Amino acid sequence: MLNAVYQLKKPRQFELVFKDITFDEEHIIVRPTHLSICNADQRYYQGNRPEEILNQKLPMALIHEAIGKVVYDPTGEFQVGDRVVMIPNLPCEEDSVIAENYLRSSKFRASGTDGFMQEYVQTTADRLVKLPEDINLTVAAFTEIVSVSYHAIERFMRTAHERRNVIGVWGDGNLGYITSLLLKSMYPEIQVYVLGLDKSKLNDFTFADGIYLVNAIPEDFQIDHAFECVGGNGAPRAINQIIDYIRPEGTIGILGVTEDNAPINTRMMLEKGLRMIGSSRSGREDFVNLVDLYRRRPEVVDYLENIVGEQVVIRDIKDMSRAFEKDIHKLIGKTIMVWEK
Amino acid sequence: MESGKVYGVILAGGVGTRMGNVEKPKQFMELGGKPIIVHTIEKFVMNGEFCGILVLTPKQWMKHTEDLIRKYVTKDERVKVIEGGATRNETIMNAIAYIDGQGDLDEETIIVTHDSVRPFLTHRIIEENIRYAREYGACDTVIPATDTIVESMDNQLISNIPDRSKMYQGQTPQSFRAKHLKDIYESLTKEEKEILTDACKILVIKGEKVHLVDGEESNIKITYPYDLRVAEALLGGI
Repeated sequence: MLNAVYQLKKPRQFELVFKDITFDEEHIIVRPTHLSICNADQRYYQGNRPEEILNQKLPMALIHEAIGKVVYDPTGEFQVGDRVVMIPNLPCEEDSVIAENYLRSSKFRASGTDGFMQEYVQTTADRLVKLPEDINLTVAAFTEIVSVSYHAIERFMRTAHERRNVIGVWGDGNLGYITSLLLKSMYPEIQVYVLGLDKSKLNDFTFADGIYLVNAIPEDFQIDHAFECVGGNGAPRAINQIIDYIRPEGTIGILGVTEDNAPINTRMMLEKGLRMIGSSRSGREDFVNLVDLYRRRPEVVDYLENIVGEQVVIRDIKDMSRAFEKDIHKLIGKTIMVWEK
Repeated sequence: MESGKVYGVILAGGVGTRMGNVEKPKQFMELGGKPIIVHTIEKFVMNGEFCGILVLTPKQWMKHTEDLIRKYVTKDERVKVIEGGATRNETIMNAIAYIDGQGDLDEETIIVTHDSVRPFLTHRIIEENIRYAREYGACDTVIPATDTIVESMDNQLISNIPDRSKMYQGQTPQSFRAKHLKDIYESLTKEEKEILTDACKILVIKGEKVHLVDGEESNIKITYPYDLRVAEALLGGI
């Protein structure tokens, strides 16, 4: 079957190519229905990656956050019509110690291999997780980024010492919202404080125990552990501020992606005996556990609905550019492409 | 509103006379390692709305078509090869007769008719054909004309240059309420049947509404050797 794939040919230019899909006994075919734009997609779209990376990775279909409907399944795992979330990580080997999302051999959609901006996606059963039938589809579209926070929290909790009275989350964007929301939902006994730059954004973190502007943190404020969800140019300042406010032997979970190296106060890090855990992407187990959380705790989905931003119906390549351009100008929120292409 | 059964009707009646020295009908030419018709059938198989996918082909090519389907296309009970008619419209009538024979023909039954040599058909085009056929009774897939259309009544002098903004190029699918199309076709005289070779034209001439569906520039018809070269270029991603 000649499958239409919408690749980013160069920054700000999408192009249609066709790639053949051959039906076989192990691959499932999914029709994408709702796609969500991530900052990583924007870095390619706007050409904010180093030129050699752009030359190496483009042309490539963007988007690694998406849900769809099963249209063909020879394996019998799913029914035709089942709503599924698609896992963008594509492991090429198994390892008993290293998680699938950290294996250097794994491929990742929209980062070296085509993402979900396709007419149909061919994949294996283990890269799909069935969604509850009544789930909010626009929220489900960005399950992947939520699974990244879920993964980071699980990983963090395996490392951070047990005194977890107060945890600070730096970052008032989507990642900060999702991480602090999951943290509070999964561990209601922990006091979660969110620290950011924008008061109006912070005011939406109604589930948190407290919010502070980063330039007006009370002097006696202290935290046992922290998550950095800032990324970009702001990440070094956030990490150093965390080092200032964290108690000794605390753990810092780093989630924000930076293009440049981040200079950090290693002297104080050593003096306080801090631990830093990097987290990136997620694996099948995180998706399965998160979808189970959505099922058990529907209020989490309701909170996530607050960060659904623009919904753009995609019938045309022009609509794809329109969605990405709208996404650039948003204050906060996830831009969803309702995929009719 | 869900109503009426939907059949895919793939028209593979061509005998390939326009394909230069090539002996096989053009729908059996290979594109990306598979016969063109296989790509087209696969796109219909992906759509769960079809309760049947009828492939209409000249009698002498029926076995060959069945063999290709068995070899390349996933096992799908919905795909049936049946004999085409002498003309495009007669072929469509054969499909409707088959549907009638299955006891599936009623006022709401929809057929999505498509050229087998347009393998770049997309999911959206199929979905919108079904939707508009249900809503309006008939629809035709078109793209806006890019070249100026020039009319000449005597093949020598221009008689008219229509406003290009109102001109479209017809593609397929063309989709219909099957029973209504059949009733109108049967009401035509023999002479009318000979002149009206396009199913949508039958409806338009009889004053019926036919809605437009946005096609795609890539939804090309592979008719000439040049088209096959274009098709191979579209497959640059393989």
